[in-house]
Amino acid sequence: MMDEALRILTFQSGFNSAVVVAGTAALGLAGGTVGTFLLLRRRALVSDALSHATLPGIAVAFLAGAALGLPERSLPLLLAGAVVSGVAGLLTVQLLSRFTRLTEDSAIGAVLSVFFGLGVVLLSVIQNLELGGQAGLKTFILGQTAAMAQGEAIAIGLLAAGAALAVALLFKELRVLAFDPGFAAVQGWPVGALDLVLMGLATFVTVIGLQTVGLILVVALLIIPPAAARFWTDRLPALTVAAAVIGALSGWLGATLSALFPKLPAGAVIVLVAGGFFLVSFLFAPARGLVAAALRQGRLRLSFAERRALTDRLAGRPVEGAMALWLRLRGYARNGALTPAGRGAALAAERDRRLWERFLADYPALLPAHANWGVDPIDSVLPGDMVRLLEERSTPS
Amino acid sequence: MMPDVQEFLQIDAPALLAAVLACAACALVGNFLVLRRQGMMGDAVSHAILPGIVGGFLVAGTRETLPMMLGALAAAALAGLLIEAVRRLGRLESGAAMGVVFTVMFAAGVVMIEQASAGGVDLDADCVLYGQLETILWLAPTGWDSLRDPAVWAALPREVLTLAAVFALCAALVGLFYKELKITTFDPALASTLGIPAGLFHYGVVLLVAATAIAAFEAVGSILVIAMLIAPPAAARLLTDRLAVQILLSVALGVLAALAGYGAAAFGPMLLGASHSLNAAGMIAVASGLILALAVLFGPRHGLLGRRRAIGRLRRDPEAVA
Repeated sequence: MMDEALRILTFQSGFNSAVVVAGTAALGLAGGTVGTFLLLRRRALVSDALSHATLPGIAVAFLAGAALGLPERSLPLLLAGAVVSGVAGLLTVQLLSRFTRLTEDSAIGAVLSVFFGLGVVLLSVIQNLELGGQAGLKTFILGQTAAMAQGEAIAIGLLAAGAALAVALLFKELRVLAFDPGFAAVQGWPVGALDLVLMGLATFVTVIGLQTVGLILVVALLIIPPAAARFWTDRLPALTVAAAVIGALSGWLGATLSALFPKLPAGAVIVLVAGGFFLVSFLFAPARGLVAAALRQGRLRLSFAERRALTDRLAGRPVEGAMALWLRLRGYARNGALTPAGRGAALAAERDRRLWERFLADYPALLPAHANWGVDPIDSVLPGDMVRLLEERSTPS
Repeated sequence: MMPDVQEFLQIDAPALLAAVLACAACALVGNFLVLRRQGMMGDAVSHAILPGIVGGFLVAGTRETLPMMLGALAAAALAGLLIEAVRRLGRLESGAAMGVVFTVMFAAGVVMIEQASAGGVDLDADCVLYGQLETILWLAPTGWDSLRDPAVWAALPREVLTLAAVFALCAALVGLFYKELKITTFDPALASTLGIPAGLFHYGVVLLVAATAIAAFEAVGSILVIAMLIAPPAAARLLTDRLAVQILLSVALGVLAALAGYGAAAFGPMLLGASHSLNAAGMIAVASGLILALAVLFGPRHGLLGRRRAIGRLRRDPEAVA
C-alpha cells in the first residue's frame, strides 16, 4: 500500500494515472491563483452560481450532439455548452443585482437553483430518450477522475497552466482591481474589462474542473485554497503563490488518494484535502492562525504584567504569587529583592511607563497604530528627538 | 388523455400536496433570508446537511425519516457554528467562510455515501440531490367518494404530514413573532435598543430555515430547496413594498410554482404525446424561476419595464413626481 502510494505520488505508477494526477494538480494550482483575486474582490460565491448554472448547457449540448449524430459524447461540445450557460447564469446574477432591488445573495441563490433545476429537467428528458453515452453526464455533477482519458487530462493540465499564467501576466492589473477598484478607475484602468477578465478566468477554471471535481464542488477549488493561504501572509504575491501551492497539493494528494482507495470520489476527496489544509492553516499558521494569535496575545499579557510587577517592586510595593516566582525565574529578583539585572529592567520599565504616559497625554492623536503602547520599549517606536522631548517634559522639575 | 381518478389520487395528489406544502413553507421563511441579505445561508445549509442525513441513515440503518432529520438538524447547527467561527476567528468575509464550510461538509457527505454504498446500503446521491417527489404514494383512496372516509385521510403519506406540520410551525412562529421579526429584519440596532434580542432572532431565522429546508429536501432535493427559499420571496419583493403583503404573496407564488411545475412535469409530456414524465422538482424550480423573471420584467413599480415607464413619464412631465 505504501509503495503504491509512493509510486502514484511520484508519478511512477503508469503513464495514465500520472497524467491524471498531474492534470488535477494543475487544476488546483489554477483554482488557487484565480481564486485569490475572487476572494479579495469578495466574489467567491458568485462562482457557485456560475458552476451550478453549467448543468443545463451541458444537457443541451448533449442533446444537440445527439441530434447532429455525433459519436457518444464529445467533450469539447459539452464544455462549450457549459461555458455558454455558465456565462448566462453569471450575467443573470449581475443583471439582477444591478438593475433590480434584489441583493446579490438573493440573485446568486435564485440563479444557482433555477438553472440547476432546468438542468435536472433536461437530464430527465435525456434519460427518457434512452440515448447512448448518457451515463457520462452524471459524472459532471459529482466529478470523476477515473473516467478521464489521457488526452483530456493533458488538455486540462495545459489549460489550467494557461489560466495560472494569465493571472501572472495580469498580476499588477488584478492587484489594483482587488484592492481599490475606485482608484483603478480614476487612474484610467479599464475596471469593467478587468472584472470581465477575472470572471472569465473563473469560468474557465470552473468548466475545466467540471469533469474532475463536479459542478457542485468545483467552487471549492476557487474558495478554499486562497482562504487557507490568507492565514499565512498579508502580502499579495506571497498569498497568490501560497494559494496556488495549497490548491496544487490538494489536487495532487486528492487524486492520489482517490486512485489508491476504492469508492473515494476524486472531487470530494480533493475538497476534503483542501479542507484539511484550511483547518491546519486556520489553527497553526504563524501570521493569522488561532494558536499563533493566542500565543502573541499571551506573550503581550505576560510582558505587560512583568513590567508592572517590576515597577511595583521598584516602588517598594510587594509582588506576590505566580509573578514573584516568574521574576525569580527570570533572574530579576532574589530573596525578596531586585537583582542588579532586575533593577535595570525595572528602571527601564518605569521610564517607558513615564514617557508613554507623557506622550499619550500630550499627543494622543499621534499614537502609531501598530505599536503596543505601554509594552513596546518607547525608543524602538518613537523617533529619538520625540523621546528626548518627552524626557525633558516628564522630568519633575 | 387524462389519467383516471384513482391513479391521480394515489400518485399525483400526494406528490402535489407535498410539493405545495414544501414550497409554501420555504417561501414563508425565505422572505426573511431575502430581506436580511442572507440568501446564501439557504445555499450553505442545504449543502451542509448532506453528511448529517447520511450519518443519521447509517446510524439508524433504516430509511426512517426521524434519524435522518435529526442528523440533518445537527449538521445544520454545526455548519452555522463553523461558519461563525471561521468568519469571526479567521476574519474572513462571510461569503468565503460559507463557501469553505459548506463545500467541505458536502464533500464529506459524498464520500460517506460512496463508502456506504460499498457496503450495499441503499442510498444514492441522486435522491438527496433531486428529491423523490415521484415516490410519495397514497395508496388508500380509490376514487373521489373514498375521500369522505377519515381512515383514508389518516393514511396520508408521512412526508405530506411532516411538511404540513413544518408549514404550520413556520406560519405559527412567523405570526407570533411578526412584530419582532419585522423590526430585527429592517433595523437590528433599533430592535436592540427596544430590548428585542436581535442576535437571538438571527439564529432563530437560520434555525427555522434549516428545519424547513430539511423537511423539504426529501420532497424536492437539497439543491432545489434553494429555489423554493429564494425565488418566490424575491419575486414578491419586486411586487410590493409591504412586508405582510410580501409574505402572503410569496406563499401564493410558491404554491403557484408548485402547481405549475408539477403539472408541467407530470402531464406536459403526456399532452405532447410522450409517455414519460419529467423531473418534477426540477420543473418546480424552473417554474419559480419563470415567476421571478416575470416579476423582474413586469413588476409594477420595481420591475424593469415599470421603472422605465415611470422614468419616461417623469421626462414628459417633470412636475408630476409620484
